[in-house]
Amino acid sequence: MSTDLRFDQIRLPPACDKLRAEVRAFLAEEVAAGTFVPDRPGHGDTHDRAFSKRVGAKGWIGMTWPKKYGGHERNFLERYVVTEEFRIANAPVRLHFVADRQSGPILLKYAPEHIKQDILPRICRGELCFVIGMSEPGSGSDLFAAKTKATKVDGGWRINGSKIWTSNAHIADYMLALFRTSPASKENRRYGLTQFLVDMKSPGIAVNPIYQMTGQHDFNEVVFDDTFVPDDHMLGEIDGAWKQATSELAYERSGPERFLETYYVLAELVRALGPDPDLRSAEGLGRLVAQLHTLRRMSVSVAGMLQAGKEPVVEASIVKDLGTIWEQKLPERVRDLSAFLEPDASNRVTLDEQIAFALTVAPKLTIQGGTTEILRGIIARGLGLR
Amino acid sequence: MVTESDSIVAETAARIFADLADPQTINRARDGHWKEPLWRALSEAGLTLAWVPEKQGGAGASLADGFAILGVAGRFAAPVPLAETLIAGWLLARAGIKAPAGAMTVAPARPRDRITLNADGTLSGRASGIPFAKESKHIAVVASGNKGAVIALVKTDDCRMSDGQNLAGDAVNNVTFERTKAIHSAPADFDPSALMLMGSTVRSVEAAGALQTILSLSVRYANERVAFERPIGKFQAVQQNLARLAGETAAALAAAGSAADTIAQSVAFDDTVLLEAASAKIRSGEAAAEGSAIAHQVHGAIGFTNEHVLHRFTLRLLSWRDDFGSESYWAAALGNLVAQRGANNFWPMLAAR
Repeated sequence: MSTDLRFDQIRLPPACDKLRAEVRAFLAEEVAAGTFVPDRPGHGDTHDRAFSKRVGAKGWIGMTWPKKYGGHERNFLERYVVTEEFRIANAPVRLHFVADRQSGPILLKYAPEHIKQDILPRICRGELCFVIGMSEPGSGSDLFAAKTKATKVDGGWRINGSKIWTSNAHIADYMLALFRTSPASKENRRYGLTQFLVDMKSPGIAVNPIYQMTGQHDFNEVVFDDTFVPDDHMLGEIDGAWKQATSELAYERSGPERFLETYYVLAELVRALGPDPDLRSAEGLGRLVAQLHTLRRMSVSVAGMLQAGKEPVVEASIVKDLGTIWEQKLPERVRDLSAFLEPDASNRVTLDEQIAFALTVAPKLTIQGGTTEILRGIIARGLGLR
Repeated sequence: MVTESDSIVAETAARIFADLADPQTINRARDGHWKEPLWRALSEAGLTLAWVPEKQGGAGASLADGFAILGVAGRFAAPVPLAETLIAGWLLARAGIKAPAGAMTVAPARPRDRITLNADGTLSGRASGIPFAKESKHIAVVASGNKGAVIALVKTDDCRMSDGQNLAGDAVNNVTFERTKAIHSAPADFDPSALMLMGSTVRSVEAAGALQTILSLSVRYANERVAFERPIGKFQAVQQNLARLAGETAAALAAAGSAADTIAQSVAFDDTVLLEAASAKIRSGEAAAEGSAIAHQVHGAIGFTNEHVLHRFTLRLLSWRDDFGSESYWAAALGNLVAQRGANNFWPMLAAR
């Protein structure tokens, strides 16, 4: 509990330059081959199984994990470089991204050895899509209100209830879910939830689509009807998931995906303004560049501190708070700055389409993965206010 | 940036400021009698000439150590020309000019001001908004001569100066050079824009320090002040505001630290330094505005009194934005740089480091 904030100065190690060049060359080849179109917003939020396998073959999934599980034992800053280059290119990473960022690390920590041997190499090969089973109809930000129940039976557990807003469940191979195994205790309302690995092909799972306001299908409702989960798929401590949920959050919250989601409108604005913008445009652009540069330096710093074994929990939450608000406002700012552009600017149509798409995506950015209000509560706790 | 805990000189600075420039004590002082002992202690510890090499009479500290000292100075926001003297010493060292004893400042301090070196070795021109000019003995000047840039040292007594002060009451003067004699001048591979980049980074580092202080003052106050039968820090509305203040502080700290680290590692004031220094000045300036407003909101009426120390930090935070190029100035410069480089080079420029 302290108001001391720290951002170590992290310079990316020289190995990152070579890696970045490799990633850019790979992505350029994929674009040339027609896998995706970089200035098409929303592509980064789509999935492509064949593409994910090619990414896995390059060694860019599970980069930091032990080699014995198919990983590559590289450092977090190298993973950082790969993540940001894929985001900037709008590459279709949806299939493998969640597994790479958070599911794999949880399995590494809590899964029994034979599960790790089985699943982690397949994640690294880009074969598996993981989803996060947290929200329920009566439990969103208030994670520990989850009711979906796991009941002990011979050799495993029976799951009954439902998860909601589950992104990608319709393409998922596995879910990492929180289920209620005991009632919350009087002393600790976070008690009683247990983390499970769920094979989405198990009998008794129904995935119902929920279409979003953008017209995209990403959300789902996942209904469990007496679904069986074997004993060895329970992860970590029974009733003690609350202890496990927090340590990974620094990784989840501070990555480049937390401020680059609408980056394409800014790059397209630079293209539209040309080499000699008027003063208003230059100033407006410069402010956005300064804000983006600062966010990236903060995010790189957190990655470097994590690599060094530190736990910058408050700093990571701040990156997500500032980053998501910035990427949410970015399309509005770009819309303002494009107001006086020549109507026949060569990329005007592309820019307008991108702004339109970004404006519809914007509302979710400060909700997914921890709302602004929840993040600020975490920051306030870190400051010693609660 | 070397942080305080990593830097022995910064620890020394922190000790001296805590002993001799406690904000509460200074705030109650009727006059400036505390300034002389503070300056003497800073000077005897070698902090005022930290960026002057030992053979030129300075302490020969690294750029990183100097920035760490300035981060500490920002946390105390004491109205003495420590930052200005550091920059002046650094400037003189670049031209091999021995630094004089006592307080110094630098000119120009606004991007558009130009001072020229005349054929007879005197200086002409006008530099507006020079911080602490009236409290300094010398000014280190970047001037343009017909053979390129020179760095010159002049006595403030030889210049005409306006009265003036910033929002916090610190001396800020317009300085006119009318065939003013230079004590020393030497050619330098250096132009006023490099001074603006250095000055901006220094101000950003100080601002990050002051923001850290107003964050800590605000959190402490919110935990102590009771209203509606509980500390106001227990109210979510107040917590959300303080979390935002922490975010602004963090942004200023990271941006300023990154710029300082870049300058400490660079040999030239190139486009990389422009990106870093401009970003730091813009972002710390934005944080100064947002952060000060939140700190005052949390403190309520008491924070608006002369008696409370909060204004010592918030008013300087707001004032420092105008030195060495405002946010708007740097934003236009940065926007033009990005536009000239073009869309395809935009991301590679950001991701270079």
